[in-house]
Amino acid sequence: MTAGYNSTLHRYALFTAACTVFLLVAGALVTSNDAGLAVPDWPTSYGTFFPPMVGGIFYEHGHRMVATFVGLVTIGLAVLLWRVESRPWMRALGWAALSIVILQGLFGGLTVMLRLPPAASIIHAALAQTFFCITVSIAVFTSRWWFAEPAVADDSGSPRLLSLAYWLVCVTFLQLVFGAALRHNAFGIWPHLAGAAAVLALVIIVSRATRRRFAAAGSLRVLCKWLNAVVGAQILLGGAAWWSRLATRDALQPEPIAIWLTVAHTVLGAIVLASTVVFVLVSHRLLSASEPAMAAGTQPVSS
Amino acid sequence: MKLRSHHVVTFSLAAALALAACSKNEEAPPPSQPAASAPAAAPVDAATAGTITGTVKLDGVAPKPVRFKTDSDPYCSKVHASDPLMSEEVVVDKNNDLANVVVYIKTGLENRTFPTPSDTVQLDQTGCHYRPHVIALMVNQPLAIVNSDQTTHNIHPTPANNRDWNKSQAPGADKITDSFAREEIAIPVKCNVHSWMKSYIAVLKTPYFFVTKDDGTFEIKNLLPGDYTIAAWQEKYGSTEQKVTVGPKEAKKVDFVFKAS
Repeated sequence: MTAGYNSTLHRYALFTAACTVFLLVAGALVTSNDAGLAVPDWPTSYGTFFPPMVGGIFYEHGHRMVATFVGLVTIGLAVLLWRVESRPWMRALGWAALSIVILQGLFGGLTVMLRLPPAASIIHAALAQTFFCITVSIAVFTSRWWFAEPAVADDSGSPRLLSLAYWLVCVTFLQLVFGAALRHNAFGIWPHLAGAAAVLALVIIVSRATRRRFAAAGSLRVLCKWLNAVVGAQILLGGAAWWSRLATRDALQPEPIAIWLTVAHTVLGAIVLASTVVFVLVSHRLLSASEPAMAAGTQPVSS
Repeated sequence: MKLRSHHVVTFSLAAALALAACSKNEEAPPPSQPAASAPAAAPVDAATAGTITGTVKLDGVAPKPVRFKTDSDPYCSKVHASDPLMSEEVVVDKNNDLANVVVYIKTGLENRTFPTPSDTVQLDQTGCHYRPHVIALMVNQPLAIVNSDQTTHNIHPTPANNRDWNKSQAPGADKITDSFAREEIAIPVKCNVHSWMKSYIAVLKTPYFFVTKDDGTFEIKNLLPGDYTIAAWQEKYGSTEQKVTVGPKEAKKVDFVFKAS
């Protein structure tokens, strides 16, 4: 049963999420190249919208241009949801995404105007992850799967899988905050290492609970495999990024290996968080018998 | 979605604590004031003033200069097409004499104040690097920054004890004039546009300082007779100091040695 599914809306939501990944890469490149203050003014860049794209300006102004594009795409998403979505909470989610991307832009400006205080930089990083999770959630809510998959199981075990999944999201988010704090020199490595251990432990617990209690829930089991894969890759990448940081500590300018390993670690961190959010959404869909999401859907877009 | 309230509370508290801990105190401490008993600036009696001269050397093998990658800016790349830009973190001559070391009187003058010189110290951005690489000036002495390049630079001092700022300077733009209100040895200056550009500014309370020349020599003149701590600071190797007593009209020789690490 896929009544209410709108392929145009879903594809547009996927496009927005993909653009956000690109934006995360652009943002991470700014920090890794120490280019956050290459453009000292905001919202213009050197008093113009098209400064010479040289050196650090390429990264900082490039990030601003990609962010502007994602902002425009998000406006399109919010308008599209408002026009074609029949679920009021989905329309609200579209406006929430737009609000956060605007807030994120303001925080980006704040980091420049205040010359990168760690708190502002960390909030900027955390909001980026939050925005990405919202775009991914919209893509899930508008997917054919969301409308088609029936509820299959009763989540009455202890602790409830849904509770574990929520904890996984919260701990992963906190871990990303610790990562941002490390990156912006507010914290040392230890909180981030402890966070990694906590996330790994929770992923293992969630995976075991899923395998034992919900063997028939194919979507959840696939998601668990995905979570294990991305968390494992993220830990390896984290180790590599840390090694590259130590190895190039005395380098007189940013080294490409340290830049790209750290950028990859940062972006994969966002993907891990989004994966945990998807796990929560899928758990809700499959394990909450009372979830009424299927009752209402979208109207087809006339094109 | 039904997020349970205790989850929200737990998470919010944790996040708020983490972010609160991250805040950086943006306020620099107040300017250091002369001691209450310090007399007003008084001229030094040239008839009794002494001098300290010496050389700063490196013990060991100096690190090989690194060739900077300047291709992120076509102008810089073109300027250094045949003359690669090398790092200046450790600059030695054939005798291992160290240049760009700030030598200064660290203690012994606490009870005196000195007038701020009105002459301006200049830092130039030329060939996509700073000239000179290390400068020293007095507290509140004017610093002028000029851009002799045909590309835009930004000048971003990152002090620990002074107000930080970040200004851009286009080709042909007016010079930027500023000063630093507190003693600090030394303030790193970087250009966020060109990641390899780095310079240091030493800010001192007394006029008794010198940045070593290419042959590692320094000379501190017109010094009152007395007991002093004389210090030397180098950007890679840090600081070292010695006690020295200067008698009336005495020419004292003090040498420093940094160990290569």
